Amino acid sequence: MAATQVIRSEWTKIRSVASTVWTLSLAVVVTIALGMLISALSRNEFDNMSRDDRLSFDPTFISFAGMSLGQLAMIVFGVLVVSNEYSTGMIRTSLAAVPQRGTFLFSKIAVATGLALAVGLATSFVTFFLGQAMLGSHKASIGDTGVLRAVIGGGLYMTLIAVFSMGVATMLRSPMLSLGILMPFFFLISNILGNVSATKKIGRYLPDQAGSKIMQVVTPIDDDTPYGPWGGFAIMALWALAALAGGYLLLKKRDA
Amino acid sequence: MIELSGLTKRYGEKVAVNNLTCAVRPGIVTGFLGPNGAGKSTTMRMMLGLDRPTAGDVRIDGQHYDRLKEPLRYIGALLDAKAMHGGRSAFNHLLCLAQSNGIPKSRVHEVLDTVGLTSVAKKKAKGFSLGMGQRLGIAGALLGDPRILMFDEPVNGLDPEGIHWIRNLMKSLAAQGRTVFVSSHLMSEMALTADHLIVIGQGRLLADTSMADFIAQNSRSYVRIRTPQRERLLDVLHGAGVLVVESGSGVLEVDGDKSEHIGELAAQHQIVLHELSPQRASLEEAFMQLTAESVEYHAHTDTPPGPLEQSERFEQPGPRWGDDWTRS
Repeated sequence: MAATQVIRSEWTKIRSVASTVWTLSLAVVVTIALGMLISALSRNEFDNMSRDDRLSFDPTFISFAGMSLGQLAMIVFGVLVVSNEYSTGMIRTSLAAVPQRGTFLFSKIAVATGLALAVGLATSFVTFFLGQAMLGSHKASIGDTGVLRAVIGGGLYMTLIAVFSMGVATMLRSPMLSLGILMPFFFLISNILGNVSATKKIGRYLPDQAGSKIMQVVTPIDDDTPYGPWGGFAIMALWALAALAGGYLLLKKRDA
Repeated sequence: MIELSGLTKRYGEKVAVNNLTCAVRPGIVTGFLGPNGAGKSTTMRMMLGLDRPTAGDVRIDGQHYDRLKEPLRYIGALLDAKAMHGGRSAFNHLLCLAQSNGIPKSRVHEVLDTVGLTSVAKKKAKGFSLGMGQRLGIAGALLGDPRILMFDEPVNGLDPEGIHWIRNLMKSLAAQGRTVFVSSHLMSEMALTADHLIVIGQGRLLADTSMADFIAQNSRSYVRIRTPQRERLLDVLHGAGVLVVESGSGVLEVDGDKSEHIGELAAQHQIVLHELSPQRASLEEAFMQLTAESVEYHAHTDTPPGPLEQSERFEQPGPRWGDDWTRS
């Protein structure tokens, strides 16, 4: 079984369902719109900020504020790509056509990851430039130190969120169960753990908190995070790899 | 050729398929028969490598399913009509299957034409009726022009026209020299299509025989006799070496097609007969007897068995089983 054949097949699958279009569109629109809004608000608030806040003002990071919501659409994309197979019964047809389960799963994930990366990078660049336009005189430039890394990092972050979700969905199979765990986790639990001082040290090793470090250009004052932008990204990548490995092992031994 | 050897599947304590050994040969339609819950679908899923056997294995032309390169070119299967994404069009559903097995796009158009779905190829599968879904599933099975075809309960829920279409399709596929393996819980359906029968009950092999042998062995013919001079007739038949069974309510039964012989004997000895009629027990009845002990979910009737039920057994209105057997 040539992997290229399976990849072509997975591409046909992903482009021929409506959920791909609407989840990705939602991720793009929400991320950009919310990013612009928060950038515009921050510009107006800037003069009222404390000295410390002004020193750690990070125009690049602020323009990515929309990702906190946009990532939820990316999670839905990742979950649906995998769990659609199970909720529709397509998985039996798919595995009968491609009985090499590793080839099947990783072709599917490769195609969805590629698509998420393309959309993520485009979103990240558009969000950055439109956000900076909203920030007016406080804006950062793409040529500034670390900014290009942060903008590319924004695209990578969205991609890894999708990959992590695909891994979780492969393990759980049910779309409702997967979304029921991932949505509150990224929207609530991770934020709570990250902001309560007792759990902060654990919270910063969670995939979204570690991964979002790559979008920061200005390090906040009194920041004691033990890893840098790429270190944080690597932590997130490990989470995604672990989820994929778990999904693969379960798919391998489970009855379809 | 599909070979099952010692195939076993356990779900915890429950044994779904129990040490099944048999072979499915090419060029004929093999019927896979068993009551609901007998393990037919589980067996078929194991054949396709979807479920892992607890013990034993399945080989397709000597190979394990997951060792097959481009398996759709070996086996086409219809497991259940709804095993597809409803939001995808019929064409794209088949296209993604074709691409994964290196089958050209032109073949997708061909099979859509074969099953008569060309006009709705661009429509989403979720709008399809059960019959159209079944046709799309069959198009998927035919996609790789495979030597082996497998259908799990293909006529379930279809209208008479759809049933007729599927029967003819299976016969023509077998006539082309392909292996056709089709499951059903209806003996009558199998009688019309299958050349060979594999019968299972509670996961165990109950019969592996040609359809002709199964008919010969199981559609028992006998003569039913009623007479007011029962004792005399019994003596006469006994004297002539004819074996008689009394089946209650004064009815006598003699195995085989011996009505002329018995009639002549009775005439010779001037015995009055009230009834002398050749009978044929139905295949459905034979199948039910075969699987009686293995049926998982018995329906219980409140009426106790009595003489009425006995006589009912033999009164079958409408066309008889034997009438359907004359197949071309």
